[in-house]
Amino acid sequence: MSFINTLIKLIEQDRVGRYLFSALLAIAIMVPVLNLLVPEGSSLHLSTYVVTLLGKYLCYALLALALDLVWGYGGILSLGHGVFFALGGYAMGMYMMRQIGSRGVYGNPELPDFMVFLNWHELPWYWFGFDHFWFAVLMIVLIPGLLAFVFGWLAFRSRVTGVYLSIITQALTFAFMLAFFRNEMGFGGNNGLTDFKDILGFELQHGGTRNVLFVLSALALAAGYLLCRYIVNSKFGRVVVAIRDAEARTRFIGYKVESYKLWLFIISAVMAGIAGALYVPQVGIINPGEFSPLNSIELVVWVAVGGRGTLFGAIVGALLVNFAKTFFTGALPEVWLFALGGMFIVVTLFLPRGLVGLYQQSREKYLAGRAA
Amino acid sequence: MCTLNRSGRYHTSGFFSPILTLLIMIASLLSGPAYAAQAVDNFSAPLKQLLEFDFDIKQQAIEQLAKSDDERVDRIFKTLLNGDLYYRKEDQALVYVFSTDDGYALTGVLDNASLGVVSKREIKKITVNNQLRELLSGLIAERGMSNRNPAVRLNSVKEMIGQVGEPDRDRLQKLLVSETDQRVSRALHIALAMLDVVHGDKQKQLAAVVALGESDYTESRNRLQQVLKQATAADDSALAKQVKTSLHAIQLRAERYQALETVFFGISLGSVLLLAAIGLAITFGVMGVINMAHGELMMIGAYTTYVVQLLMPNYIEWSLLVAVPAAFIVAGLFGVAIERGVIRFLYGRPLETLLATFGISLVLQQLVRSIFSPLNRSVQTPAWMSGSWEINAVLSLTYNRLYIIVFSLLVFAALLAILKKTPLGLQVRAVSQNRTMARAMGIRTEWVDAMTFGLGSGIAGVAGVALSQLTNVGPNLGQSYIIDSFMVVVFGGVGNLWGTLVGAMSLGVANKFLEPWAGAVLAKIFILIFIILFIQKRPRGLFPQKGRAAEN
Amino acid sequence: MKKMNLSKWLLVPLFMALPFAVNAKETIKVGILHSLSGTMAISETTLKDTMLMLIDEQNKKGGLLGKKLEAVVVDPASNWPLFAEKARELLEKDKVAAVFGCWTSVSRKSVLPVFEELNGLLFYPVQYEGEESSKNVFYTGAAPNQQAIPAVDYLMKNVGVKRWVLAGTDYVYPRTTNKILEAYLKAKGVSEKDIMINYTPFGHSDWQSIVSDIKKFGSAGKKTAVVSTINGDANVPFYKELGNQGISAKDIPVVAFSVGEEELSGIDTKPLVGHLAAWNYFMSVDNKNNDKFISSWHKFIKNKKRVTNDPMEAHYIGFNLWVNAVKKAGSTDPDKVGKAIIGLSVPNLTGGKATMLKNHHVTKPVLIGEIQADGQFEVVWKTKGTVPGDAWSDFLPGSKDVISDWTKPISCGNYNTKTKKCSGQNF
Repeated sequence: MSFINTLIKLIEQDRVGRYLFSALLAIAIMVPVLNLLVPEGSSLHLSTYVVTLLGKYLCYALLALALDLVWGYGGILSLGHGVFFALGGYAMGMYMMRQIGSRGVYGNPELPDFMVFLNWHELPWYWFGFDHFWFAVLMIVLIPGLLAFVFGWLAFRSRVTGVYLSIITQALTFAFMLAFFRNEMGFGGNNGLTDFKDILGFELQHGGTRNVLFVLSALALAAGYLLCRYIVNSKFGRVVVAIRDAEARTRFIGYKVESYKLWLFIISAVMAGIAGALYVPQVGIINPGEFSPLNSIELVVWVAVGGRGTLFGAIVGALLVNFAKTFFTGALPEVWLFALGGMFIVVTLFLPRGLVGLYQQSREKYLAGRAA
Repeated sequence: MCTLNRSGRYHTSGFFSPILTLLIMIASLLSGPAYAAQAVDNFSAPLKQLLEFDFDIKQQAIEQLAKSDDERVDRIFKTLLNGDLYYRKEDQALVYVFSTDDGYALTGVLDNASLGVVSKREIKKITVNNQLRELLSGLIAERGMSNRNPAVRLNSVKEMIGQVGEPDRDRLQKLLVSETDQRVSRALHIALAMLDVVHGDKQKQLAAVVALGESDYTESRNRLQQVLKQATAADDSALAKQVKTSLHAIQLRAERYQALETVFFGISLGSVLLLAAIGLAITFGVMGVINMAHGELMMIGAYTTYVVQLLMPNYIEWSLLVAVPAAFIVAGLFGVAIERGVIRFLYGRPLETLLATFGISLVLQQLVRSIFSPLNRSVQTPAWMSGSWEINAVLSLTYNRLYIIVFSLLVFAALLAILKKTPLGLQVRAVSQNRTMARAMGIRTEWVDAMTFGLGSGIAGVAGVALSQLTNVGPNLGQSYIIDSFMVVVFGGVGNLWGTLVGAMSLGVANKFLEPWAGAVLAKIFILIFIILFIQKRPRGLFPQKGRAAEN
Repeated sequence: MKKMNLSKWLLVPLFMALPFAVNAKETIKVGILHSLSGTMAISETTLKDTMLMLIDEQNKKGGLLGKKLEAVVVDPASNWPLFAEKARELLEKDKVAAVFGCWTSVSRKSVLPVFEELNGLLFYPVQYEGEESSKNVFYTGAAPNQQAIPAVDYLMKNVGVKRWVLAGTDYVYPRTTNKILEAYLKAKGVSEKDIMINYTPFGHSDWQSIVSDIKKFGSAGKKTAVVSTINGDANVPFYKELGNQGISAKDIPVVAFSVGEEELSGIDTKPLVGHLAAWNYFMSVDNKNNDKFISSWHKFIKNKKRVTNDPMEAHYIGFNLWVNAVKKAGSTDPDKVGKAIIGLSVPNLTGGKATMLKNHHVTKPVLIGEIQADGQFEVVWKTKGTVPGDAWSDFLPGSKDVISDWTKPISCGNYNTKTKKCSGQNF
């Protein structure tokens, strides 16, 4: 009960968070209703296209939230957060691959299609267990968490900070991308994992499944937000912010800086992994392109555009940039990169606190003006 | 319309071929019966066959032509080999073609007479395929054995080594007697040994085996392996033993050369990394700006090379010499513009320079796409940069790589000199060590910042010129090098030029030694993992900066 | 109050995007799904322009079924999940009658479930690895038996090649093609040690070691050739390194399956002369249809220097097949068109006929061309007549017994002739 009380208190104190919650709740109810219950001819009907699109955005938003936690509060700029997202996605993909069973194009009950035509004879050991959903879920949490632990333990203990840390996170995701591109790795090479049929027995192409996944993404985002808010408001969170602002000083005071950073990094990685796991069934494919360093940098930009260190800024940034991307790549493909690039420059130069910062600033001004 | 000119050779337009043949014959007859007979047999008749589409007929024709002593055959073969031999559609006359501004200038094959300028539609190429090319180059080599130039002779003999047969022995021996060049005569000895090892008597055979064991031609190794098989079959243990010794010697030398070659490959990869990273070592290492647009500045350098070549199409040989300063200036100006327009507002916030410059990189990429199209552009390689320096039959180093190694070291030395010996360099170092103090001493820090960034960008542009000789010139050029460059700088130690040099070279060589047994992809992954682990061990790179500046 | 604002922020623009789909009555919409930005823009932009030209020409002829055709162009930006998103947009929002698009295998794999779910038609114009047959996809590019195997036959018989280097980029097309070729070569009596297989990552640029290995492999006294499935950008440094290390086409010829006129236009071709490529179409082919196609392309793109290439011909064939099938069916309904198109023939650009087969592949001639100094290919060999495309390779153990037949009674993309079973269908 006290936990719930804490949560309620959290929400009460968090004005913007309240809006966010209402909005998430609204779309989690409205979208399935508009998609499933409103007849197709009606102008209020929401097409499946929009549902999957929104679902994808929400996963991105969760990923952005995870990055904001480490970057905005911990001061750890990870240029390789895509690696956790993609690993979570791969874990989910592997589960869904196993669910295909003998319905693959070669009808082989033992092996996924890409292994059949590359003449593999048995399933590699690391695929075992992915027949079970619980195992996959465990891996979705465990693998990104473990990688974050190993990497973070090494990096934070040797006090790799700032630019150096950013560059080696980039090296990490780049190495993963190259590795997953290799067909010998047994993850489907460049094509990745695709041709999924169902999840937990529910057909993926079914409208109901899509809406459930969508609602799950919305709930995961809400839960992620709550968790992050809880963390940053706790004592742990305040120490983390102290580390961000003056690492050496915090250490001298007697805090174990490394373990604070490490835990923050792990939590963030797990959140990214969950985002990836929700993303894959909705887009229907996971491939090594998700590891590309460019994706991770773009992710940083979402957070920067929204405003880092605010949590909801990350969400707003992810939704906005991705919506712009969908729109521009359809309407004005040539302009897209100019717009995106220009946005980065403008935001870093003129909006160091992002769009949310701009909003807060103008609000403060407004409030100050009213008070005067 | 047909006119016989004074020399009696034909100069025709618009006639059917039978009549034409007749006329050629008449024309030939006019110039003397002996010549005509030979011409019809060995020269004119096969020449006509070249016009057939069927490659078998062409082959026969070429073989027949090779028997002719006519001097014109040499040029015909060479032109044919290059695919530059044409015939005029209207009269099927063979012509040499030179492309000019107005069209194609023709020269008659038979009489070397100028036949005017025509459009592409009026002529048709005599096509050759790879078999014909091989045949032709063999024949040209054979004809080149008696060439005055020793280099040509050497090539001809080398070409022959794999294919010598017993009938060639007399000719080889005759050539050996009159040969003055040492390398050519050594090659001739090997060619003879190739014969002796099969056809000679016992003693000669053994001597030949020893001789072949001292040569590095792949043909001699293959021949020895054959001999070994025969010797074992014939139970000739003495010969077999000698052959094994020779083969072992060849093998040993080959391994040594291979190691040398790998080192060369590594250094050459390292020099590319060095070129890509050295500009970054300035902007990132000295100024602390994480310049994600660094790759795009290289791309600008590469495109500058392309534009320079467009502007001077007739001086491709010189184009790179012009392109280097041009690329330095163009990329440098872009750099100054970026610094003045964006980066100067962001000093002290390195991670934010990353975001802004990433935005700049996207804009530059799209700019290039809009101006030059998304397609790759073709940058030509000057003749002096193509080909390779053949040290021996096993080891040859490619010229473009050699030049790039030298070039990268020159750039490195120049940069070092600028930083250590010029007032600008002094100011740059001062500003990077203590900005406020430098300003207090009267240094215009803003100006120094702009110049430093311009310098780093200009060097990226110069690197782009070198890259244009190795890889695609397209909008994605920069992206493929940016991560590598950062790895090199971080590995070497930020703010230390020597670190960048050592870092680039060691990563290059390590990569090349890993590649043979791990494959290209795994080698790269290992290198990345190594860097990640290395940074844990030495968080400030190979050569960390010492003192106050290191604290930031 | 504020709450409404925020949700509006998210939803309103999306709702606004919806009504674009409404006035679809007067025209027949044709979707074009090619990347216009990102790494694949190099190849795919041209295909978008080709489709626009073909649609424009059809409209000048009076359209189709009395209606004008309308092109709907979207940009999947070389991003595979975005391909699926855009495919859904085309089918669901724009209600296009057919989609022409995709280049890479992974993009096709990514959109495949969308086309099967929404029952759309996709015409895929690029040579690919086979091992796939979908009710909703028509493969107008070459299957491996229409490109790789004839090329190897040519090298074996006409050039006398005894030793083989199979070099490719590490992704599914080279992997499968090389698997097929390896099995084929072994069936022809080539021993294991005369085959060298090498894979490199995308955009590989440092070819020194590999070319040097190829050189050593080729110096064993037997005629050696390289069969290259190296992709796009990696080709330029590869050929440059070959030239510089002194390997010319007459020593070790390279036959490429992914290098066409368009790729050559970005390369200095002088050192490449004599290397080979196997395609089903070359711009240099002397044919009236081809001349007409080239001149209308030049007119459409307003640039006399632009080249044409094999995937463009595939779109030409695919588009004409679709137009004829729609005419025959009297409707753009995917099921009716899918039924009508099987067995239809249209002229290709090299003087033959392209027929849509029961397995959704077409008949194609195979041409082998040598690279010329001007960046064009000179045909040195071609098959007599056309070769029918085979979806499932006979040289892979997994697919030996599988056939594809989309006519009754089988109506199945992966029908196992031994077990008489149909597997892996999504409907």
